[in-house]
Amino acid sequence: MALARKIIQVKQDATDARLSLLDLPDGATWITEARNAAMSRVKKMSLPHGRDEYWKFTKPDTFVQPEALKAPLFDNDEGPLWADVDRLKVVFVDGIFDAEASDDLSSEGLVIERLAVAALKDIHWAKDLYGVLEIRGQDAVQRPLAALNTAFATDGILVHVTGKVSKPLNLIYLYNSETSDVNLHHCIKIDAGAEVTILETGPGAARLNTVMEVDIADNSAFHHIRVQGRDHERRAVTGIFTRLGHESTFKSFTLTMNGVLTRNECVIELTGDNAIAHVAGACVGDGKDFHQDDTVFITHDSFNCESRQVFKKVLRNGATGVFQGKILVKKDAQKTDGYQISQALLLDDNSQFLAKPELEIYADDVACSHGSTTGAIDENSLFYLQSRGVPKAEATDLLVLAFLAEALQEIEDTMLAEGILERLNGWLARHGH
Amino acid sequence: MDTLHQVDVKEGVDQDTVDAVQALSGTYKHGWNTDIEMEYAPLGLSEDIVRLISKKNEEPQWMLDWRLEAYARWLTMKEPDWAMVDYPKIDFQDQYYYARPKSMEVKPKSLDEVDPKLLETYAKLGIPLKEQAILAGVEGAEEMSDAPRKVAVDAVFDSVSLGTTFKDELSKAGVIFCSISEAIKNHPELVRKYLGTVIPAADNYYACLNAAVFSDGSFVYIPKGTKCPMELSTYFRINAENTGQFERTLIIADEGSFVSYLEGCTAPKRDIAQLHAACVELILMDDAEIKYSTVQNWFPGDENGVGGIYNFVTKRADCRGDRTKVMWTQVETGSAVTWKYPSCILRGDDSQGEFYSIAIANNMQQADTGTKMIHLGKRTKSRIVSKGISAGKAQNTYRGLVSMHPKAKESRNYTQCDSLLIGDKCGAHTVPYIEVKNNSSRVEHEATTSKVDDDQLFYCRSRGMDEEEAVALVVNGFCKEVLQALPMEFAMEAQALVAISLEGSVG
Repeated sequence: MALARKIIQVKQDATDARLSLLDLPDGATWITEARNAAMSRVKKMSLPHGRDEYWKFTKPDTFVQPEALKAPLFDNDEGPLWADVDRLKVVFVDGIFDAEASDDLSSEGLVIERLAVAALKDIHWAKDLYGVLEIRGQDAVQRPLAALNTAFATDGILVHVTGKVSKPLNLIYLYNSETSDVNLHHCIKIDAGAEVTILETGPGAARLNTVMEVDIADNSAFHHIRVQGRDHERRAVTGIFTRLGHESTFKSFTLTMNGVLTRNECVIELTGDNAIAHVAGACVGDGKDFHQDDTVFITHDSFNCESRQVFKKVLRNGATGVFQGKILVKKDAQKTDGYQISQALLLDDNSQFLAKPELEIYADDVACSHGSTTGAIDENSLFYLQSRGVPKAEATDLLVLAFLAEALQEIEDTMLAEGILERLNGWLARHGH
Repeated sequence: MDTLHQVDVKEGVDQDTVDAVQALSGTYKHGWNTDIEMEYAPLGLSEDIVRLISKKNEEPQWMLDWRLEAYARWLTMKEPDWAMVDYPKIDFQDQYYYARPKSMEVKPKSLDEVDPKLLETYAKLGIPLKEQAILAGVEGAEEMSDAPRKVAVDAVFDSVSLGTTFKDELSKAGVIFCSISEAIKNHPELVRKYLGTVIPAADNYYACLNAAVFSDGSFVYIPKGTKCPMELSTYFRINAENTGQFERTLIIADEGSFVSYLEGCTAPKRDIAQLHAACVELILMDDAEIKYSTVQNWFPGDENGVGGIYNFVTKRADCRGDRTKVMWTQVETGSAVTWKYPSCILRGDDSQGEFYSIAIANNMQQADTGTKMIHLGKRTKSRIVSKGISAGKAQNTYRGLVSMHPKAKESRNYTQCDSLLIGDKCGAHTVPYIEVKNNSSRVEHEATTSKVDDDQLFYCRSRGMDEEEAVALVVNGFCKEVLQALPMEFAMEAQALVAISLEGSVG
C-alpha cells in the first residue's frame, strides 16, 4: 500500500511540475470551458507513469517531463513523398500554421479553419466536437496526454466536410527548433454522405502531441494515411478519437520509420449499424533506442459492424515494438465481426516485441478473433529465394516487404500506397544489412 | 442423456460406469453439510491467530517465524483489483481461520480411528478412503479391469488433514505423501529447503495471507528415478460455516521422477460467501515430470449470486532441472469468484510446460483464470489450450502471460484461447500478455469467441436430443482437447460436470 501511495504522489508531483510551466491559451468562452475541463481531467488523472497498466510496455517519462528532450535537426535526403498526388497542403512549423508554405485553404466540399482563429470566435460548430470524443475515449482507459493536448493545444485545423472531397488534405509537420514542444489538435466533422482523405506527414517536432477527433456521420467515409518521421530523435504521442454512424467507414494506416519514441493511440467507437472500421500499421525500426507502440481500442456498440486491426512490425538491432489492441463488444452489438492480427518479425536476437491483444465481449452472436505471432525470418523461404539466385540481402528485403504486405493492403488508393512502398524501400536501402 | 454420454465414453468403460457418472446429474450435488462438533479458533485474524495455528500444528520455531514475517508483510499489502471480477469487499476479520472437527483433537493414528461421520462425508462425496477402492465413486469399476488403478488420497476437511491412504505402499517406493503439517514435523529438512522458494511468502496478497495462516495441505516427495506407483490425490472439503480454507501443497519431483497428482474440492451450500486461498508449489529437478490435474467444484453460489466460494489460488511450477515437464490441467466449474493462474517457470533447458483449462461460469459466477509461461531456458516449449464457457450472467476471463526471455533461445509457444457464449447476458474476455525478447523463439497466439453453433445444435436436435442435451454435447466437443488431457477418472467426472454446470442456461 505504501508503494501505491508513493506512486500516486510521484504522479501528482510530475503533473504539477509539467502544468506549472504551461498557460491556458486565450480564447472565447466555448473553448475556454473545454480547455478548463480538460485541465481538470489531467489533474484528476495525473500524467502517466511507468507503473500504469496502460504504460506497462512503453515508458512515458519523456512525454511527461516538463521540457522536451532535444531532437537535432537533420537534412532530409528522402525525395518528396507523393509528388504526383494532387493534395491540399496545410503546413505547421513548430506547431504554428505556416500560411506561406500552405495551399489556399479552400476546396470544394469542405471548410477549413485554424484552431487558433476559431478559438477566438464566440460561436463555433467545433464546440460540439472539441474535447468531446476525447472525453468519450477516457471512458474505459485513462488517456491523460490527450486531455493535456485538449487543454493546451493552440493550433490545429477544424475541418467541416460537407461533400465528397476530390483531393486529399495533407497535414505536414515541420520543425526548426530542436526543442520544439508541440500540441496540435484537429477536429474533423464529416456530414452524412461526405467523404475525405487526410494525410499526415513530416518529421514532427522534438516532442509532438497530436489529437484528432473525427466525427463520422451516417453513410460517410474517412480515410487516413500517416507517415511518421525517420532518422532523427523526435518523440511523438498521437491520439485519434473517432465515432462512426450508420453504414460509415473509417480507414487508417500508419507507417512508422524510426524516430526514438512513438505511441499511436486510436480509439474507435462504432455507434451506428453496419459501420466499418479498419486500422492498420506498418513499422520498421532500427536500433536499441527505437520504441514504437500501437495502442488501439475499438468499441462495438451497434449491430453488424466490422472492425479490423492489422499491425506488422519489423525490428532490428535491439528495436522494440509494442502492440496493445482491444476489441470491446457491448451487449447489443450482435453480429459483430472483429478481427485483429499483430505480428512481429525480429531480424536479430536483441529486438523485442511486447503485445497485449485483448477481447472483452458481452454479446453472444459474434465472431471475434485475434492472432499474434513473433518470430525470425523464415529460413526456408530465404533458402528458396537464394536457390533461385536472389542474393541473401535482397531476399531478406523481399521477405520483409512480403511480411508487411497485409498491412499495406489496407491502403485503398494505389498512388498513395506506392508512395508508402517507396518510403519502405528507402528505409531498407539505408538500414539493410 | 444416454445418447449424450455414449458418444464420449472411451472404449473399455462399461454401462455401469456410465450410469454411475450420469447419476452425478443434478444441480450442485455436494451442497449438503456434515453435522459435527467443531473447534474454532477465535473469529478474525491477528498475530495471535497465526501463533495459534502454528501451535495447533505443533510447529517448530522457524515455521512460526516464517508465518509471522508473512503476516507482517500481508498487513502492508493491498488487495489486487486488476482482475475482471467484482465482489463485495471481504472482511478479513469476519472469518474463522482455523476449524477442526473435535474428534481430530488427538490426531488418529490411522484412518480406521477417524470419526465415522467424517469418513461418511468422503464416502458420500465418492472419495474412497479405503485402500482398495478407486476414485470417483465409480462402483463396480474395479471389476472392469484386472488391475484397478490405485489412487492414494489425502483428505483435507476444513483446516486439517484426516489422513492419507496407501502410506505404506508409497513409502516402500520411497515416496513421501503426507499432510504438510506432518511433513513439517517429520521432514523438516525438505520442507525448510523448498517451502516458499517457488511462491515467496510475499508473492501476492493472497499467497501472503496463505503463508501466514495455512493450516494444512499435502506434501509429496518423489525420489530420484522413481515413477510414483499410483496416482496421488488430495480432496479438499470445506464444511464449517464462515470459515476460510487455506491449504498449501508442496510437491518435489527429484531427478527423473514422475507423479500424477489429482485435486478435487467441494463445499456445502451456504448463504454467506467463504474464502479459499491456496498455494501450490511444484519443484522439478532434471528429467522430472509432474502432471497436476484439478477439478474445482466449490459451491458456486446460487443463481442470484448468493453465497459461494471466493477462490484465490496461486499455483506455480519451477522447472529447476533440464528436460522437465509440467502439465497443468484444470476444470473450473465451481466457485463464485475464481482468481487463479497456474504457471510454469521454465528455467531448465529443454523443459516443457503445458496448460489445459476449461473454465465454466454460469449464473452469477465470475472466473478470471489463465496461466503464465516464463521461458528462461533454451529450447523450452509451452502450450496453452484454454476453453472458456460463459452462460447466464457470468463473466469469464482468460488472462495469461507468455514471456520469452533473451536467453531462452529457440523456444516455442503455442496458445489457443477459445470462448463460447451461451446466452446474451454473459461475457467472455481474453487478456493475454506476450513478451518476446529474442528472435530464435516462435510465439503464436490465437483466440476466438463465438456462440454455440446453430447448425450443430440443429443437427443434434434433429437426432432427437432436447436442447440442453444438445448444448451439453456441443460444449463437450468444444472442450475435447482439454478433457482428453485429464486422467480417466477425472475426465468422466469433468464431462458430467460440464453438463451439470450448464443446466438451466439454455433458453
